[in-house]
Amino acid sequence: MTRVLIALAAVFGLTAGGADAQNYPTRPITAIVPFAAGGPTDVVTRIVGEHMAKTLGQQIVVENVAGAGGTTGITRGAQAKPDGYTIMTGHMGTHGAAPALYPNLKYDPTKDFEPIGLAAGTPILIVAKKALPPNNLKEFVAYAKANEKTINQAHAGVGSVSFTTCTLLNSQLGIKPAQVAYRGTGPSLNDLVGGQVDFMCDQIVNLVEQIKAGSIKAYAIAMPERSPALPDVPTTTEAGLPDFQVSAWNAMFAPKGTPREIVAKLNDALDKALDDATTRKRLLDLGGVIPDKNGRTGAYLADFVKAEVARWTPILKATGAVGN
Amino acid sequence: MEDLLGNLALGFATAFSVQNLLLCFIGCLVGTLIGVLPGVGPIATIAMLLPLTFKVDPTGALIMLAGIYYGAQYGGSTTAILVNIPGEATSVVTTLDGHQMARQGRAGIALGTAAIASFFAGTVATVIIAALGAPLTKLALLFGPAEYFSLMLLGLAFAVVLARGSVLKAVSMIVVGLLLSTVGLDLETGEERLTFGLQDLSDGVDFAVLAMGIFGFAEILRNLESPETRDVVRGTIGRLLPSATDLKQCVGPVVRGTSIGGLLGILPGNGAVLGPFASYTLEKKLARDPSRFGRGAIEGVAGPESANNAGAQTAFIPLLTLGIPPNAVMALMVGAMTIHGVIPGPQVMTKSPTLFWGMIASMWIGNLMLLIINLPLIGLWVRLLKVPYRLMFPTILLFCCIGIYSINNNPADVLFTAFFGLAGYGLYKFDFEPAPMLLGFVLGKLLEEKFRQALVLSRGSFMTFVERPVSAGLLIIALLIMVVAVLPAIRKSREQAFQE
Repeated sequence: MTRVLIALAAVFGLTAGGADAQNYPTRPITAIVPFAAGGPTDVVTRIVGEHMAKTLGQQIVVENVAGAGGTTGITRGAQAKPDGYTIMTGHMGTHGAAPALYPNLKYDPTKDFEPIGLAAGTPILIVAKKALPPNNLKEFVAYAKANEKTINQAHAGVGSVSFTTCTLLNSQLGIKPAQVAYRGTGPSLNDLVGGQVDFMCDQIVNLVEQIKAGSIKAYAIAMPERSPALPDVPTTTEAGLPDFQVSAWNAMFAPKGTPREIVAKLNDALDKALDDATTRKRLLDLGGVIPDKNGRTGAYLADFVKAEVARWTPILKATGAVGN
Repeated sequence: MEDLLGNLALGFATAFSVQNLLLCFIGCLVGTLIGVLPGVGPIATIAMLLPLTFKVDPTGALIMLAGIYYGAQYGGSTTAILVNIPGEATSVVTTLDGHQMARQGRAGIALGTAAIASFFAGTVATVIIAALGAPLTKLALLFGPAEYFSLMLLGLAFAVVLARGSVLKAVSMIVVGLLLSTVGLDLETGEERLTFGLQDLSDGVDFAVLAMGIFGFAEILRNLESPETRDVVRGTIGRLLPSATDLKQCVGPVVRGTSIGGLLGILPGNGAVLGPFASYTLEKKLARDPSRFGRGAIEGVAGPESANNAGAQTAFIPLLTLGIPPNAVMALMVGAMTIHGVIPGPQVMTKSPTLFWGMIASMWIGNLMLLIINLPLIGLWVRLLKVPYRLMFPTILLFCCIGIYSINNNPADVLFTAFFGLAGYGLYKFDFEPAPMLLGFVLGKLLEEKFRQALVLSRGSFMTFVERPVSAGLLIIALLIMVVAVLPAIRKSREQAFQE
């Protein structure tokens, strides 16, 4: 009798873990977005999450945990229970630039997460105020070098995408403009449109309507091909600065230790969302770039994160900036 | 002109659909409740309700979310008047005279004045947005960091005038507020300042935490100390609505408040928060008997309330005409619009006219609904004041704690509120006023940020504040106001010296 009981217990014990993964998800999933609601990462997460919820059969509830360039939210996500009911959206800043900018970072982007997959990326544009004399990238480079003492550049705060990408641009061009810090994209864009600052690098989502309306001018987009949302803006390669290739990628992660079957289910749901026509259209309308099939696996994301950390660390450490 | 009328007609046709009317009503109702509950703010609510709007078309979704936003402004004034707890930064000034009126048994009048003044301001603001939206945006774009800094300095000058008692004490409170606003991470370098190594302070002190502590908790401590004064409030209810004479007294303040608040609301980055303070200062200066202010002057409620509602509505202008959100709530709206496929930008007015004009029309409808919702509720709120205090204050405490906790899911926030509550009680005992401190706190962040941005842009030249004409003009006005405020105090002490 006891042997039967032990055998039964063993069977239940074995299937318990499996049963969880089999039935996952049985309740809503929290997706932590480490930025304020309304921003590009938040919008991408909500668009993709809406379709993922259909595939998984449970709601995906977005929780915005903003602060410290996104690292507050990611820290909370990394320390969450790895049962698949907490996932997070990281991006180029939180999982690429953060180790260089935050000396007391409480997570390691390459070790503390189970990568789920890349969601949409948003290409970076070099934009300037309407009144700035140069009309294309070549003229801008010449102008920036000649006017190094007076040219200034806006960014949305140390640790933001606009900061890290323009830092790369400045180091490639060999210029040191006055970097003016703003609290967020809204104020920085506002002053660019108002002509108070000279230039900025930011994600296409934030800039596309302003460029179309002509209130700011775009010099180049840092992508291999032109964006369908802005067909008149040349790529950095066409415009003469082929080294400047950046994209503010967004990706989904789960905390380390989340069971492999659950991560696989999430990856599958993400993959289906990125194939769905409505979701694709909304992302493309924003100017987003959707990864192809190869780029959607967790393994690809893991390697990509490692490469990004290696890429950004030397550039940002050279500036001596500390993230806020 | 016909264009405007035609567009308004389109707007009202859109806004009057059954779906949109219902969404507007829901938004306003939820917004009012959120505003009344201390702590929980429109940002958290809009973020939570955002997914619900996915099933609806963009216009309907935005109408509802906008309703939550200005509904919260109405609700925030209610708590400010009844229990001396400002729901939003813009309701701080309402506590000064509004709560005094409540203590005198005139709570109904105060609430009614606030509602009517807000409705008038909202109507005028809607017209301004419709007719002058685009040109006004150009005005806002003139404001660079240097001009903003001078404007904030002007705001601090208002704070000195705000004070009831000693000017010196008011100035010291403003400075304390400024210091408190520096707690947290530095914008340019990321260094921690005044955080004492506490992780919870690295994002700075939250306004709600400070306001709830200094006003709410401290008030409870004060009332527990002297139970007799509390009973006076319970005694008389008095009129429920303002009388005709009351309303006539308010006409001037309301009109002035609407213009000030409306203009300041256009400025990006929370320029709207200055509106109520500026209005209060103006009314105090213009009044025949300034000593009434701070003791229950109805103008002290009417003016600031119009200013804050006008500012809340005109804050939509940069969003709708430029596509650039002026504050955190508008940034949320941007997100909502983007998710619905309407990417905000300068061309929204022409590319999605039903959205643009529908929103404008529904703003006015929302204001009307809020008036209709709030006026009957006044009777309910006033009756609430009759509840024995020993039952009320634990409830207030509980709601405050829940509200504070809901901001960041952080228990440390509640502890900080308690700390500020004790500090606020201490301030009261030593006869210091908290309102200037709150103003200093609110303006401090902007003041410092704009100061440093201006200096980076000018490559370190302090002359930039005087070289730029708008900035220089604002600085001169600020100087004048400070002189005018300080002069009577100097004159009084000279008289005292002569008498001796």
